[in-house]
Amino acid sequence: MKAAVLVFPGSNREGDVAQAIELVTGRRPQMVWHGDGDFEKVDLIVVPGGFSYGDYLRCGAMAAQSPVMAEVKKRAAQGVPVLGICNGFQIVTEAGLLPGTLMRNSHLKFVCADVHLRVETSQSLFTNRYQAGQVIKVPVAHAEGNYFADADTMKRLEDRGQIAFRYCGPDGSTVDGRGNPNGSSSNIAGVFNDTKTVLGLMPHPENAVEPMFGGTDGKALFEGMVEALS
Amino acid sequence: MKARVHVTLKNGVLDPQGKAIGHSLNRLGFPEVGDVRQGKFIELELAETDPAKAKARVDEMCRKLLANTVIENYSIELVG
Repeated sequence: MKAAVLVFPGSNREGDVAQAIELVTGRRPQMVWHGDGDFEKVDLIVVPGGFSYGDYLRCGAMAAQSPVMAEVKKRAAQGVPVLGICNGFQIVTEAGLLPGTLMRNSHLKFVCADVHLRVETSQSLFTNRYQAGQVIKVPVAHAEGNYFADADTMKRLEDRGQIAFRYCGPDGSTVDGRGNPNGSSSNIAGVFNDTKTVLGLMPHPENAVEPMFGGTDGKALFEGMVEALS
Repeated sequence: MKARVHVTLKNGVLDPQGKAIGHSLNRLGFPEVGDVRQGKFIELELAETDPAKAKARVDEMCRKLLANTVIENYSIELVG
């Protein structure tokens, strides 16, 4: 699997995700600067976390209009898989590759913690190494992770199985917003586009790939992608 | 010519920052303050002199970058 990791001014998890990819593929992904309108053909494009453009205007708004994102949109339309993590999730929603948007956390605080996620489906190139209903533990670190979409969009996401991950309690329960760290609608932590070739999520699976990080539950996401895309 | 753009959250979209501002004002001795909604004010200096053309261009700017129409409304005012 050949991967590209985008780098914006203010990105800060590009090294983490590059390392996670190298761990499972044995090869370093290509790092692509935001000003580059073109880059090598790859099997996966990763938009990493951080604070691109200092979160000016809205998180991800400026990055979504950068030259590299015009190219990413073109390739996504051709079916090239795109993974947006944290600020990357904000960027791909601002770019229109995913429905909805990420708003300020309902409690207005930055949240940095391990959270439980329920995997909602194993039927995707990103989640095939998990079981539907499986509970995993990965960290979050964000101030704007409160997923919002209008009622019609929310219904469409549910009906089409486009919800990838939900925040939950250790037992997998989402009753009364259990485990929800940011006020996200329907406890949503990650969503797919309608072809399930684009995934955006707020948590950081790339920071849960080795025991010394405190957990390895994120590793299966990368292994699943390698399996699907190699 | 100048354009003044107001970007506000749509009705029905929760505004925790507005709520926090409201609480603070109440605490500071302004009990008359009820619901507070906060937004953004953006002022643009434009080379265009035709108001209709300027407005159409700023409208496009709002849709492309200045507002996120999933959650925000915008209004445009031309000055000078």
